Amino acid sequence: MPHGTHFYSPLTELSSGERAVIFQFNIPNTTVNRLLSLGFTPGVEISMMQNYGRGPLVVVVRGTRVALGRSEALGILVNRRYQ
Amino acid sequence: MTACHEVVNPDLMVSIKDGSYLVALAGQPNMGKSTIFNNLTGLNQHVGNWPGKTIDRCSGQFHFAGKEITLIDLPGTYSLTANSPEEIIAREFILRERPDVVVAVVSAANLERSLYLVSELITLKAPLIVALNMMDVAEQEGLRVDTDALERTLGVPVVPMTATRSTGTSVLQKVLDQTLLRELKPNPVVPDIRSDHRQIVDELLSEISGFIPIPYPSEWIAFKLLEGDHEITRLMQAQLPTERWETVQTILKAHEDAFLAIVSARYEWIEQLIRVSVIHPRLGQIGITDRLDRWAAHPFWGLAILASILGLVFELTFSIGVPVQSWLAHQLIAPLTSSLSSILGGAPVWLDSQVINGVMGGVGAVVSFLPIMVIFFAAFGLLEDMGYMARAAYVMDNLMHMMGLHGKSFLPLFLGFGCNVPAVMGARTIDSRPARLLTILVAPLIPCTARMAVVAFLAPAFFGSQAILVTWGLVILSVGMLVASGALLNQVLFKGQRSAFIMEMPLYHIPNGRTIGLLVWQRSLSFLKKAGTTILAISIGVWALSVLPGGSLQTSYLAQLGHFLEPVGRWMGLDWRLTVALLTSFMAKENAVATLGVLFGAGGSSLAQQLAATYSMASALSFLTVSILFIPCAATVAVVRQETGSWRWTLLNISFMLALSVGAASMVYAVASRIGM
Repeated sequence: MPHGTHFYSPLTELSSGERAVIFQFNIPNTTVNRLLSLGFTPGVEISMMQNYGRGPLVVVVRGTRVALGRSEALGILVNRRYQ
Repeated sequence: MTACHEVVNPDLMVSIKDGSYLVALAGQPNMGKSTIFNNLTGLNQHVGNWPGKTIDRCSGQFHFAGKEITLIDLPGTYSLTANSPEEIIAREFILRERPDVVVAVVSAANLERSLYLVSELITLKAPLIVALNMMDVAEQEGLRVDTDALERTLGVPVVPMTATRSTGTSVLQKVLDQTLLRELKPNPVVPDIRSDHRQIVDELLSEISGFIPIPYPSEWIAFKLLEGDHEITRLMQAQLPTERWETVQTILKAHEDAFLAIVSARYEWIEQLIRVSVIHPRLGQIGITDRLDRWAAHPFWGLAILASILGLVFELTFSIGVPVQSWLAHQLIAPLTSSLSSILGGAPVWLDSQVINGVMGGVGAVVSFLPIMVIFFAAFGLLEDMGYMARAAYVMDNLMHMMGLHGKSFLPLFLGFGCNVPAVMGARTIDSRPARLLTILVAPLIPCTARMAVVAFLAPAFFGSQAILVTWGLVILSVGMLVASGALLNQVLFKGQRSAFIMEMPLYHIPNGRTIGLLVWQRSLSFLKKAGTTILAISIGVWALSVLPGGSLQTSYLAQLGHFLEPVGRWMGLDWRLTVALLTSFMAKENAVATLGVLFGAGGSSLAQQLAATYSMASALSFLTVSILFIPCAATVAVVRQETGSWRWTLLNISFMLALSVGAASMVYAVASRIGM
């Protein structure tokens, strides 16, 4: 892993229990708007509650548990600064 | 009092109208909004539809301090941006109907998320009261919320509540009263805009001012344009002259990312509020929700738990619901029918027969399904109120994906096992239109209790000890057909598109009996209303076909149709009697048995014996197959028409199921007769 640089990856790569910070979105704006109103803003901490490697996953953002489809999660890029 | 001379901000003025007021209840989903609504209005409420929309509109009345207050329960929305019809309804109501007060329900246990809607509501003109609900859950989670600090920083009244225990309702009423009387001096603190964005907003305002239709506030419109709200974009495009619209578009293009900044600014505003008013607990503690979710949302155990819960609900349905249903049919509907026929003894024969057979036959049958529906509604309401339903949707997501749907569509389909009518109506909770339509189209493939009753009568007659196997086979066939049809229809009609699966998983909590009770009451009421109107009309129509012209089923138009369709029936190994039985099942699925009873002049076990002697096992299997997959019953057709708002979709639904059922049964018959059944 490169030193001093950030490590961006899709949300789907976080394993259960891991935390990261939302970096940016790579999904249609209508979906982004729905995520925004649930508190998914760039810079906010996101923790992975459940990720079994396939199927939907559960994350916690701003104290709210949210289930996301895998394709939605693929379009949320996060910064794994906790690595 | 002379408050009207002292009002600082005239925008916040409350209109005084002969003691009657309009109050809107707003809030995000899962905030306990309905419980507060129920606490305030009790049974004095009315459920209808928002004009032109298939979204429930709940309104209710209550009296307090000599005032008559009409409370409108706005649909639960996360924001006021046009992400869904609910959001448009909520904001249009507040802007157009100008409620005297808006009560925003937020959760003390989840203030950060739930204040987001408040950050939007507070910029509108209507006076705001914040109902800080779920104080008990917050306490359980170890959170402490300083209500006074929150009220001071927000600048609007904040009322702490625990709606599930009816705590805080009277304080809310008092604050509502004071607000209506303008005794309070609110001084709302709205989210700040960063200076660079202020400039963009001003630029936009100079272009659009003078073109903004009533009742929209101009700054609000500017923000919604920057947020990329498609409704407002469309509205302003229509309002503005072409060159101005082009300038606006250039501004918007140059600041495409502005919506992120606007939303972030709202969350910064929220973070400030949280900082002064919430004391966070020690971190790292695992709550009850996380512990339960390890099982309930597990890809394998979650499905196992869901299967057990469904099994339990069916068990309850068949051990309580079915006996009560047959008791109702024999003790209530039958005596009512015979007493009606004696009352109508002197009436013309056509009227007598119409009332007895047309009305009681169709509507009575539907009404007698009410006990089964009540069990389903109660189970559904209980699981929903506990917070479990989101988990069921989550674990079903993979399976639902196969047909281009997502987990949320599973919830209405679950109701379909009781009756397809509430399943079709329940699809209105699904956010995207293609997914909603698809759910409605496949819902009638769920084997409802009425169809299972037909199977339960015929399967033992033909297959003896193998009946249970045949029954399971038929259920699996239906569900398999549902998945296959969903996948096919999605490819053909919606080009395989898939809507985004984003769903909040609420905290588990102890269910509230009152909330569930009212839910069961309202759903049952709307089910009965349906039986009294649309189903009544269609029942009479189908009944008329079954007695006209001669007065008996054997020579009726329906029988003629049966004879006419016999060639089609023969593909499936059905004679004209089975064909007619199938046709009458359109009125109500369980009519199939009653019709065979009329045609064979027998009932109960003697009918079963006669049928077994008349038909081959291949014909029987084919008849069961076509019955379980046959076109939706009249009641379901009526709600499909209502919920899709189009006859095209309804007819598509009917013809699809007709083709599917005839095709499947023909195949079953061909295979079964070849292997010598």
